[in-house]
Amino acid sequence: MSALLQISGLEAQYGLTKVLHGVDCRVEEGGITTILGANGAGKTTLLRAVCGMVKTSGSILYAGQRIDGKATEDIVRLGIGHVPEGRGTFVALTVEENLRLGAYTRKEKNKVAQDYERVHRYFPVLLQRRQQQAGTLSGGEQQMLAIARALMLGPKLLLLDEPSFGLAPIVVLEIFEIMRTVNQEEGVSMLVVEQNASLALNLADHAYVLETGRIVLDGPAEEIRGDDAVRRSYIGY
Amino acid sequence: MVTSTVTPKTIKSPAARTAWLNGRYPRVAAMAVVLVVAASLPLVMSDYRLFQFTLAYIYAIALLGLNLLIGYNGQFSLGHGAFFAIGAYTTAIMIDRWDIGYGWTIIAAGAICLVVGFLFGIPALRIEGMYLALATLALALATPQFLKYHLFEGWTGGVQGIVIDKPEAPFGLPLNPDQWLYFFTLAILLLAFVLGWNLVRGRTGRALVAIRDHRIAAQSMGINTALYKSLIFGVSALYTGVAGALSAIVIQFVAPDSFTLFLSIFFVVGIVVGGLGSITGAIYGGFFIQFVPNIADAISQAAPWAIYGIFLIVFMLVMPLGIAGFLAILWHRLIMGRLASDGNEGHPTET
Amino acid sequence: MESFLQQVVSGLATGGIYAALALALVMIYHSTNHLNFAQGEMAMFSTYISWSLINAGVPYWIAFFATLVIAFAGGVVIERLIIRWVEDAPVLTVVIVFIGLLMIFNSVAGWIYSYDIKVFPSPFPDQPIQIGTLYLGPHDVGAIAVTLIVLAILFLFFRYTSLGLAMRAAAENPESSRLVGIRVGRMLGMGWGLAALIGAVAGMMVAPIVFLDPNMMAGILIYAFAGAMFGGISSPGGAVFGGFFLGVTENLAGSYIPFIGNELKLSVALVIIVVVLLVRPSGIFGKVTVSRV
Ligand SMILES: Nc1ncnc2c1ncn2[C@@H]1O[C@H](COP(=O)(O)OP(=O)(O)OP(=O)(O)O)[C@@H](O)[C@H]1O
Ligand SMILES: [Mg+2]
Repeated sequence: MSALLQISGLEAQYGLTKVLHGVDCRVEEGGITTILGANGAGKTTLLRAVCGMVKTSGSILYAGQRIDGKATEDIVRLGIGHVPEGRGTFVALTVEENLRLGAYTRKEKNKVAQDYERVHRYFPVLLQRRQQQAGTLSGGEQQMLAIARALMLGPKLLLLDEPSFGLAPIVVLEIFEIMRTVNQEEGVSMLVVEQNASLALNLADHAYVLETGRIVLDGPAEEIRGDDAVRRSYIGY
Repeated sequence: MVTSTVTPKTIKSPAARTAWLNGRYPRVAAMAVVLVVAASLPLVMSDYRLFQFTLAYIYAIALLGLNLLIGYNGQFSLGHGAFFAIGAYTTAIMIDRWDIGYGWTIIAAGAICLVVGFLFGIPALRIEGMYLALATLALALATPQFLKYHLFEGWTGGVQGIVIDKPEAPFGLPLNPDQWLYFFTLAILLLAFVLGWNLVRGRTGRALVAIRDHRIAAQSMGINTALYKSLIFGVSALYTGVAGALSAIVIQFVAPDSFTLFLSIFFVVGIVVGGLGSITGAIYGGFFIQFVPNIADAISQAAPWAIYGIFLIVFMLVMPLGIAGFLAILWHRLIMGRLASDGNEGHPTET
Repeated sequence: MESFLQQVVSGLATGGIYAALALALVMIYHSTNHLNFAQGEMAMFSTYISWSLINAGVPYWIAFFATLVIAFAGGVVIERLIIRWVEDAPVLTVVIVFIGLLMIFNSVAGWIYSYDIKVFPSPFPDQPIQIGTLYLGPHDVGAIAVTLIVLAILFLFFRYTSLGLAMRAAAENPESSRLVGIRVGRMLGMGWGLAALIGAVAGMMVAPIVFLDPNMMAGILIYAFAGAMFGGISSPGGAVFGGFFLGVTENLAGSYIPFIGNELKLSVALVIIVVVLLVRPSGIFGKVTVSRV
């Protein structure tokens, strides 16, 4: 297997405070990698760095190409979908318009139409709410919309920042099931940040543990799940 | 603060120096210097220059009030020219009609504006942002129309306005009227400054800022937002009204066309260029309002307002947080820069 | 009664002007998230450009469309050159930049073209249109029609094209827009271009009525602003209604309330609006924005 995303020596800062101190990690082609870590560890920052939304140094290789230093919109056009923390829906626009925007950069009309049907198959509620303003959706529905919008990009790599945030347990299971389907049937690779560590470790094939901006542990998801320290800190039994 | 009682000689560590530089002493010292310079200006300046400086101080008083409202409390007013006008006309009418001493008229102008501003602030509670801007804009637009209105002509002098006399210096002070008014205005500015400073430093200031930044949270913390908001509207009108009263005395003339919408716009320009949410910013703003149009005029007689507009844009591009914000950043850099070099001297190996 | 109707009709005519510019303001608000106070002066300046073209012998409609192109380009240039640098600055900083622009346009227009009032031609016939005993000015009718056509096109553009959608998205949430691949800077530039274009239409339609001079837009802009707020800044239809309402109210107040007359009619119209805003703080048709902690 070869790496779709390869991050080496990544440092990131907001103003004068450095948040990432030399992070190395990778996502395999067709693989799912998860990042675990306490609040404020720098997980969101890591995902934002991949999309060129924070100042960084170090290198980020995507499909063999340097993407660090590129503009966000150019990175996205390479096929990286990002479900940001806090969802980032266009609250004044309708659900349908949000989804259309997801496919904004794509030219192939047929494929877009197919994807449009597909995301509605995954999230039927979005079809019912088609004409509703996104801001008036429930929190969980907005989270679904955010994921659906990222899928409309037809991404090769999907960055998900806490996809289970604010969702009922049953819906969380559903969403993780969908993520697995998307990964297996369409070969979309994923980098998932998640507070629900046991779910994430179940889904992922590889995991990293981030502590105050440094990777302190990494390995196959199975192994990490068996690690006592991880169990105690992130899984809770 | 403990650090502010440390004298310069005992400061050793860079951190303590930063604290000292950020503390009260440098500010007090700077203010003392500025005051001494301001007080000695009448010795070296022509009466006309002095008159211009007096006007700059008057604008600074008005801006101080407006900044309390916009900068500290986040209520946008495009209508403070109206309070300036009310203050000016109150003074002019009282002097012209009833021959009342000008000092008393200033107090009356302040009191009237306080009440009017407070009353205006009550309905203004219901509207926010651009809507409040519109409501206050209406106030600014209506003011000259009402001042010209024929039924009030007996009081306001209609389009002609009112001419009043310049007061002499009291107590046989050896000052000509321009010099006297200069000191008089400076004293009121100082008072306004100190009162404003105390207001924003204390509980009231924190409540105002809390209401600006997190209205709902402030409410749930038990701050009476309605009372604070309408009160600060009144206080800000008071400042502006006092400034208006002073302007009538100094210029010796009031007329409706001095109080158009442009005056209100200039006030907003003044506080933003000076520095929103900064007490000293009002002074920079006052000087900007008074002198930059003259500078623009000197550069191009043909299109002075274009020059002024360019000034505004360049100012905002270079100092988006106004002059006060810019100076604060500069000051901060200066301290940090010194610290960095101190640190290097002390620990050459550390980076 | 007939004279009352005539007053209403002439109120509607001026109201149409306010409505056009109010709608322009709302549209710009949708595509840039700013209320541009320089809008009126930009419109005035565009109108001078078309006046120059017409004076140089260019036929009216060619001059009209050439002006639209120039205005669009000018709007883009202003955004890319100046506004982009204050995009993240506090709102009031941006407002001051707008005021600066306003002064520059006003002053430069006065400098180039002088402050003398100029006649600006109307493309419509002169004979008044008579319906029963009412007289309608053909230019009034034509101007309102042209403005409404332009705005209908814009409405369709924003609603149904993906470029229009992207412009709205970029104005609402730049960060998320970048995450779906929208080039936000370009969109905001286009937003300004369109704003300038709409302003140019409004200016060329207003100038035959109020005559052309550097200050012609100042008063109208205030009415437009008031109209837009009255109808609700989030609602294009509301803005149109607000503009007409203001025109009619002002006219009726001026003619029928004895002690008001021409001196106070503007104040009265504004006071009415403010009172309405106290009851409906987001405008008549505006959406109430929900605020959360
Ligand atoms: N815009 C910002 N400006 C300054 N500091 C920031 C900014 N965003 C994040 N930080 C800081 O960077 C650190 C890492 O933040 P980040 O959002 O990456 O954490 P996280 O791991 O995603 O946490 P959480 O699990 O709570 O989402 C935190 O200490 C945070 O305070
Ligand atoms: Mg996070």
